[in-house]
Amino acid sequence: MLARRIIPCLDVKDGRVVKGVSFVNLRDAGDPVEIAKAYDAQGADELTFLDITASHEKRGIILDVVKRTSEQVFMPLTVGGGIKNIDDIRALLKAGCDKVSINTSAVYDPRFIRAAAERFGSQCIVVAIDAKRTVPVPDAERARQIEEVNQKLSWAKDEEFRHLFFQGVNKDGLHWEVFTHGGRKPQYIDAVAWAAKMEELGAGEILLTSMDQDGQKTGYDIELTRAVSDAVSIPVIASGGVGNLEHIYEGLTAGRADAALAASIFHYKEYTIREAKEYLRERGVPVRL
Amino acid sequence: MIAIIDYGMGNLRSVQKGFEKVGHEALVTSDRRKILDADRVVLPGVGAFADCMSNLDRLGLVDTVGRVIESGRPFMGICLGLQLLFEEGEEFGIHKGLGILRGRVVRFPAEVPGNPEQIYKIPHMGWNKIKIMNRPPHLKYVEDGGFFYFVHSYYVVPQDGSITATTTEYGLEFVSSVWKDNIFAAQFHPEKSQEQGLGILKAFGEIK
Repeated sequence: MLARRIIPCLDVKDGRVVKGVSFVNLRDAGDPVEIAKAYDAQGADELTFLDITASHEKRGIILDVVKRTSEQVFMPLTVGGGIKNIDDIRALLKAGCDKVSINTSAVYDPRFIRAAAERFGSQCIVVAIDAKRTVPVPDAERARQIEEVNQKLSWAKDEEFRHLFFQGVNKDGLHWEVFTHGGRKPQYIDAVAWAAKMEELGAGEILLTSMDQDGQKTGYDIELTRAVSDAVSIPVIASGGVGNLEHIYEGLTAGRADAALAASIFHYKEYTIREAKEYLRERGVPVRL
Repeated sequence: MIAIIDYGMGNLRSVQKGFEKVGHEALVTSDRRKILDADRVVLPGVGAFADCMSNLDRLGLVDTVGRVIESGRPFMGICLGLQLLFEEGEEFGIHKGLGILRGRVVRFPAEVPGNPEQIYKIPHMGWNKIKIMNRPPHLKYVEDGGFFYFVHSYYVVPQDGSITATTTEYGLEFVSSVWKDNIFAAQFHPEKSQEQGLGILKAFGEIK
């Protein structure tokens, strides 16, 4: 039986972890490598680094972090943030990471996902989707939005992609759209249809973050997670909103996610990964312990 | 010295670092002479079957792999490095493999016969258990039922079932590693499987 995965995520800026100050027993609590080792010891199934370094000139720093981590930690490592082209992916894989997570660059050019999957294999291409609940707007307003999209995204007018902009609600009366730039920029793309399109273009996994729930600590957006999990046949990682272990359980059961990503509950030592897995196992969720 | 064959597919650094972690020196190389000089050889690989075969061919390494195996030196395949040993793979059309082991490489079925309710996602990605059918020295530090990291959409079907070292359940029971003479090859990634996986790398370096 395939185990459901627990994936801690570290936000890394200029080579330093920006959360995680409460890892007080570490020699250097800001060093991603030290924190990666601590999660390794707790039995994390994978690790994700989200590189939030603003400047493209400092990209080399994350490569060094990946290199040092892969010398110490022997589990799958994913890196996301600022990946713009094939060369960025090649450099990360060469440094020792196993998968890359692509968000904005997929929105700017969905065919980039196909090129990346053809070059490196679907198994290392994760598409990150930041989704927000939206209420369908009147036709005139929608026409204005589509016009805005067409100006910005050259691919949006292509027949192949037009369906991504229909604003239909699902059977629960809900609709989600893709946002970028940390949830600030609307892209008017139906998030569920987008996930299915990403699979078709070669994504090997979807990292799905609810921008409504992110940081709220009130649980994943279960309806969103389930809608995307049901729409694709590749693994879905639930993200955004975990405040306690029950939330992880709900994401993996009602949400039908294959893996749960969380940052702060592990960073601030509210729970260890082992505690999370024991909780899940007691409730019948297959985990690796 | 362990030679890790570099044919442009996948994250070879992790394999090398894994060996170093357990005290075995390893070299990543596509140099035929260095591979033939090594006392043990690893064929890793992720990506598509046909790409891997054509890369091996382009680098003139098809023959090298055959010679290493014939020489009787310990040889380990990882992931695609297992699949390539077989006669043919069906990923993106039928492609010839190295044909060192008899059998085929097939895709996981989209639906599991007799169990239409249960959906198994492809790729099979994540941690799953192995069942030891026949324990080679490579698995001496490994628990029966231990978890290993997998990421693949295809699996091997050996013609000779007796070469099966371990099996794994994913909708169906498939062969997750094989052992024949000096060959051990695994579908899972020892270099990504923490303690259990490093145990295999350690044991591989110790085989006489």
